[in-house]
Amino acid sequence: MKMMSGAAMVVEALKDVGVTHVFGYPGGAVLDIYDALFAQDAVKHVLVRHEQAAAHMADGYARATGQTGTVLATSGPGATNTITGIATAYMDSIPMVILSGQVPSMHIGEDAFQETDMVGCSRPIVKHSFLVKRAVDIPEAIAKAYYIANTGRPGPVVVDLPKDLVNVQDEHAYHFPEKIALRSYNPTLKGHPKQIKKAVASLVKAQRPVLYVGGGSVASEASAQVIALAERLQAPVTCTLMGLGAFPGTHDQFVGMLGMHGTLEANKAMHNADCIIALGARFDDRVTNNVSKFCPHADIIHVDIDPASISKTVNAHIPVVGAVDKVLDQMLSYLKQHDLADQSSKVAEWWEQINQWRSRQCLNYTDSAETIKPQKVIQSLYKHTHGDAYVSSDVGQHQMFAALYYPYKKPRQWINSGGLGTMGFGLPAAMGVQFAHPDALSVVVTGDGSIQMNIQELSTCLQYNLPIKIISLNNRALGMVRQWQDMNYQGRHSHSYMDSMPDFVRLAEAYGHVGIRVTHPDELEDAMQRCFSYTDRLVFMDIEVDQNEHVYPMQIKFGAMDDMRLSKTERT
Amino acid sequence: MKRIISVLMENAPGALSRIVGVFSQRGYNVDSLCVAPTADASLSRLTIITHGDDKIIEQITKQVNKLIDVLKVVDLTEGTHIERELMLIKVATRTESVRAEVKRNTDIFRARIVDVNVSNYTIEITGTTEKLDAFSSTLGQCAEIIESSRTGVCGLARGERALRP
Repeated sequence: MKMMSGAAMVVEALKDVGVTHVFGYPGGAVLDIYDALFAQDAVKHVLVRHEQAAAHMADGYARATGQTGTVLATSGPGATNTITGIATAYMDSIPMVILSGQVPSMHIGEDAFQETDMVGCSRPIVKHSFLVKRAVDIPEAIAKAYYIANTGRPGPVVVDLPKDLVNVQDEHAYHFPEKIALRSYNPTLKGHPKQIKKAVASLVKAQRPVLYVGGGSVASEASAQVIALAERLQAPVTCTLMGLGAFPGTHDQFVGMLGMHGTLEANKAMHNADCIIALGARFDDRVTNNVSKFCPHADIIHVDIDPASISKTVNAHIPVVGAVDKVLDQMLSYLKQHDLADQSSKVAEWWEQINQWRSRQCLNYTDSAETIKPQKVIQSLYKHTHGDAYVSSDVGQHQMFAALYYPYKKPRQWINSGGLGTMGFGLPAAMGVQFAHPDALSVVVTGDGSIQMNIQELSTCLQYNLPIKIISLNNRALGMVRQWQDMNYQGRHSHSYMDSMPDFVRLAEAYGHVGIRVTHPDELEDAMQRCFSYTDRLVFMDIEVDQNEHVYPMQIKFGAMDDMRLSKTERT
Repeated sequence: MKRIISVLMENAPGALSRIVGVFSQRGYNVDSLCVAPTADASLSRLTIITHGDDKIIEQITKQVNKLIDVLKVVDLTEGTHIERELMLIKVATRTESVRAEVKRNTDIFRARIVDVNVSNYTIEITGTTEKLDAFSSTLGQCAEIIESSRTGVCGLARGERALRP
C-alpha cells in the first residue's frame, strides 16, 4: 500500500482512471493539488483563462472522444464559474468530472474566504456529486465519479475536495478500487426481449417508417447499427441537432435534421409516418412543436437508456429501456428471422412522397453578388475541409446554418450545445477537440455575439499552439434574437444590435494569431483557401455576412411538426 | 389524486436534499415528507405524499429512481397498503367541562393524553391523515388548540410485498 498526501492521491487516482488532460485554473483551495500536478507529467494540465471555458473544453474533449472530460477549479468563484459549463454538459448528457476545491472542513459553513456550497449550487445540474470527508476516501470518490459520469446516461459529476484533506504534509494509505459496484445504480443496457419483439413487429409492418436519431446514438456509439437498421428497413432517417453525424449526412436515406429548423422533408416525414423509432432522442420541445399535434398517425417506439426520458413529453407506444447500440443489436438479430424481400415495394410509395417533399429544396437560398450569405460560408467551409473537419459551434443563427449546410459524415464530428444553448461554448469546445485530436482539423463556427463570450481563450490557444480555425459569421447583430424580433416584434430590434464591435482581425493579431477579414462574396473562396493553408496557426476569419438573413425552414409556433415557414414569405 | 411514494435510499449526506430537489426543480408537489433510517442503518426510508395525474406520478417515480442514491421507489397507492401518521396536539383545558370533553373525544378516537398541565393537555394520536384531520377538527370545536405537530405519513405495502435492497 502506497502512502501519499491527499493531493498526490487526487493526481494518482486521475492516472489510475486514465485521465490524459485536466482543464483548470489554480487558486487557494487547490494549491496542494497543483503542487502534486507539478511533480508529474502523465496527466497534462491545460491552463485556461476562465473556468467556464475549462468546463467547455472538457466537454468538447468528451464529445469528440466519448472519454470523460476533467475540470479542476478552486473553491468559490472558481467553482461557480464552471456552473454554466456543467449545466451545458448535463443537458446534453456529456460525461465530465469536476474537481472543485473547498475551504478546509473546519471552516465549511462559516462563510470563509472563497467558500461556496458547490455541491448545493450544482445539485440540479449534475448526475451526482461527492463532498469528500476523509482523505483516505479520495481515490474511491474519484473512481466512483468517473464510473457514474460515463455509464448509463452520461453526465457531469462534481467531487468537492476540502483543502485540509489534500494538504501535502499528511500521508495516507492509497487504495484505488479495482471494480466499482453501486447497489443503488445499475443502468439497464439490454432491451427487454418482449419489447424488442413488439418494436420489430411494428417496424416490419410499417409502410411509412422513420428513424428519429438523437444524441443517445452518438453516446452509445451506435452508428453502425443505426445504418444497418435504416438500410435493412429502407427507411428515411432524420437526426436531431444532437444526433447529427450518427447517421451519415451524405447517405441517400438521410432526410436532414428535424425540428424547429429542420428540413421540410424531415418534418413532413415525421408528421406523416405510421411508425417512428426514436433512438436516444428525447422529444424535446425544439423537435415536437405542439405535442398535441405531434405525429398523429405514428406508432412510437422509444429506445432510451434513461427510463425517465420515455413518455416524458410524448407518449411512447412501445418503450424500450436500454442503450441504443445494445438494443439495436438485439433488434437486428431478431429482424433476421423476418423476410423483408418485399420491403422496397412496401416503402416505394413512401419514398415517392418523400422525394416530392425533397424536390422543394427547402435549403435553397437566394444568393447575392453584393453581400455574403451565411449559408454560402458554411458550404464553402464544407468544400475546403472536404467535409472531414470537427466542427464546433456556438449558439445562434450560425449554429443552425452549420447544422443544416455541413453534412456530417461521422458521429462526434459535430459539437454543439444543443440542450442548454450556451453562447461562448464554441471556441473552448473546439480547443477540447484539438487537445483530444491534435492532428485533426478543429473548426469553430461562431458569430460576433457568441465569440465574445469566451474570447479570452485566444490566449490559451497561443500558449498551447492550437491551430484552430475560427469561422465567425459577423452580422453586427445577435442574429437569432434579431430574427425573432423581425418575426414576432414587428422588427423592433431591442438590444440585439452590437455597436462598437472590436476589430477582430487586429484582436486576433494582438493575441498572436492570424486574422482575415472578408467583406465581399468574391473574396470568400480565396480567403478560405488562405485560412486552411495555415496548418500550424490559429486563424480568425471575420466574415461580414448579410444582416437580414433569416434561418429557414422554421416551425410555426403551436403548430404541428410540419407547420413551417419556408422563407420570409412562404409557408407550408 | 393523493399518492404515497415510498423510497429506499442510501443513508448518505445530501441524499435527502437531492430528492427534495427533484420535486422543487420539476415543480412537483410535496404534501408531506417523512424520513428515517431503516433497520439496516446504511439505508433510509422516505415517504412522500404528493398529488398529480398519472403522467406526473410516473415522472416523479422515474426521476426519483434516477438519483444515484436511490435504490427503489414504489407508489404504495397502487396496491393495498397501511399508512400511519402521528400527531401531537396541545389544547387549552382551563375549565372542568373542557377537560372532560377533551378526554371523552380522546377516548373515542383512541388517542392518548401524554402530558398534563394546569392549563393544557397534550395528546398523541396515530392513524391515517383523514383520522388525524377529523380529530383535530373535533378538538377545535370543544377546546382552543394551542399547537400541533405531525410526522407526515409513513406506509408499508400489505402482505408479501416489501421494499428491500
